[in-house]
Amino acid sequence: MSEYHTQTVTELSAMLQAGKVSSVELTQYFLNRIKDNDEQLNSFITVCEDQALAQARAADERLKAGDAPLLTGVPIAHKDIFCTEGVKTSCASKMLDNFISPYDATVVKNMQDAGVVMLGKTNMDEFAMGSSNETSYYGVVKNPWNLKAVPGGSSGGSAAAVGARLVPAATGTDTGGSIRQPAAFCGITGLKPTYGRVSRFGMIAFASSLDQAGPMGQSASDCALLLNAMAGFDEKDSTSIEKDVPDYSADLNKPLNGLRIGLPKEYFNTEQGGMAAGVEAAIKTALDQYKAMGAELIDIELPNSNLSVPVYYVVAPAECSANLSRFDGVRYGYRCENPKDLNDLYTRSRGEGFGSEVQSRIMVGAYALSSGYYDAYYLKAQQLRHLISDDFKKAYEKVDVIMAPATPDTAFNIGEKTDDPISMYLSDIFTIAVNLAGIPAMSIPVGFADNASGENMPVGMQIMGNYFEEAKLLNVAHQYQLKTDWHKQLPEAFQ
Amino acid sequence: MPIDVDEVRKIAKLACLNIGEDDLQSYATNLSNILDLVAQMNAVDTTGVTPMSHPFDVVQRLREDVVTDFDRREAFHAIAPKTADGLYLVPKVIE
Repeated sequence: MSEYHTQTVTELSAMLQAGKVSSVELTQYFLNRIKDNDEQLNSFITVCEDQALAQARAADERLKAGDAPLLTGVPIAHKDIFCTEGVKTSCASKMLDNFISPYDATVVKNMQDAGVVMLGKTNMDEFAMGSSNETSYYGVVKNPWNLKAVPGGSSGGSAAAVGARLVPAATGTDTGGSIRQPAAFCGITGLKPTYGRVSRFGMIAFASSLDQAGPMGQSASDCALLLNAMAGFDEKDSTSIEKDVPDYSADLNKPLNGLRIGLPKEYFNTEQGGMAAGVEAAIKTALDQYKAMGAELIDIELPNSNLSVPVYYVVAPAECSANLSRFDGVRYGYRCENPKDLNDLYTRSRGEGFGSEVQSRIMVGAYALSSGYYDAYYLKAQQLRHLISDDFKKAYEKVDVIMAPATPDTAFNIGEKTDDPISMYLSDIFTIAVNLAGIPAMSIPVGFADNASGENMPVGMQIMGNYFEEAKLLNVAHQYQLKTDWHKQLPEAFQ
Repeated sequence: MPIDVDEVRKIAKLACLNIGEDDLQSYATNLSNILDLVAQMNAVDTTGVTPMSHPFDVVQRLREDVVTDFDRREAFHAIAPKTADGLYLVPKVIE
C-alpha cells in the first residue's frame, strides 16, 4: 500500500498502532509528496526534513515499546504562527524572516507530547491579517482545486496543504474566520474552539481577545483526535480556561434524532452579505440531509450580526496595534540598515519590516485608541460585542447548534479583491460574530458551486455551538460525513 | 470620517511607522474606507451596555510572584540583531 495520502489521520493512526506502517515510512512519503507538489501550491514556508525524520524514528521506538498515544507517528504541519524551537517562525512577515524561535508554543509542545511528527510550517497571511493569503511575504498560496483561485486566509497554507493531501492534517488559528474560511475554500474540515480552550502561549498574537487555535483536517473525527491533543489549561496563557478536557471522540457516534438546528434569518438574507445562489443551493441540500437524519430546523434571529464586521475592524486593529508594538528591531526580527538614531531604528525597522495590510491595521488601531477617540471606537465596539454575544446566548436557549454558510461565495480568484480591502473584509461576514462572542464553530465541506469566474469550487457550511460544546459540533459534523462523501473528494491534480 | 495625508503622518508617528511620502495618499484612502465601515456602529444606542472584555466575564488570573523561568540569555541574544557583553545594542541615545 502506498496511497497513504488518501487515508485520514484516524486511519493512519490505526495503521501505525497495528504496526502496518512505520512513522518513518509515512513521514518520508509525505515529505516526498510535499517536494513533488508544493512548487505549484506554495503552501509551505519551511519544510523540516531532518527534524521530521528524527521525530518519526523516536515515534517508531515509542510505538514498538507499546502504550503510545493515538497520534504517535502521525505527520502533520503547523501554521507558521506557532513558535517552534530551533525552526524558523516567520508569521509570513519580512519582520520575522530571520527569526528562529528559542521556544515551543504550548500547542506545538502538546502535539509533540502526543507523538505527532512535524513536517514543516505552512504559509499564511502576514501576521494572520488577510482572507486570501495574498498578504504573505512569501507569496500567495494557490487553491488546490484551481490554481487561479485563492485558498482563503489567513490559514491558507494549512488549508491548501490538507486540501491537496500534502499532509494528513494541520494546525490553524482563527481570529475572524481564519480556520473556517480557508477550510471552506479548500474543501476541508476545520474547527475553531471556544475562546480559551486551546493555549495561546507561543502563538504570535494578532488580536488577543479573539485569537484561538484549532485543527484543520479531512474529517470531523480527525479534528476530534487533534483537538484532544491540542486543548487544555495552560498557566502560561492568562486567558486559558481551567476546565477539564473531555474526550472529543467519545460522542461522535451519537444519533442526531431531535437535534434542534437554528437557522439565523440574517445569514440567509441575501441582502446582507449576498450569499451566492450556488452556495445557497448546497447549504439547503445539506440542511435537508440533516432533516432526514432526524434534526429539526428552527428559524432564529441574531439581530446584531450585521454589526460584526464594523466591530471587528475596531477590536482587531486596536489589539493588533498593541501586540505588534513589540516588533521594534531591538531584540529579535528585522532591523533596518544604518539607523541614524533610536527613533529611526524603530520607525524604519517597522516601516520596512511590515507589509502594507499590517501597517494599515496598526494605524487604524493606533487611531482608534488615541486620545479622545477611545470611547467612540474601542469602548463602543466592546459594548456592541456584548449585544452580539447576547444574541447567541438567547439563540442557544432554543436550539442546540446554529448552521449557516461559512462564506458568502466560494473561493475567488487571485488578485480579484486586492484593490478593494473592504470587499475582502466582507468575505468574512459569516465567521466574525463567532470570534466576537467566543463560541466554537466548524466548517465542513457540503458540495461545490461556481465562483464569480465560473470555476467550480468547494462550499463550506458552518456549524456554530454554545460555549465548550466542541464535542457536539464534532458529533453533528461526523454524522453528516458518515452519510456523504464531500470530505473525501480530492482535487484532480492531486489524486 | 475622511482621514487626510496629514492625519496619516500623525497616526504613523503614534504607531512608530516610517511611511514613504508616495504611500501616504493610499493609506489615507484605505484608512478612510475602514473608518467609514466602522461608522455603522453609531447606528446603535449602547447607553448602559457593559463593554465585553472576555467571553466569560472572568478576571485576569494572577500568579505567585516567584521566578519560574531559568536564564536563557544566550539563546535570546543569539537571535538579536546586535548585542555586546550581554546587552542589546541600539544607536546612542545620550550624547
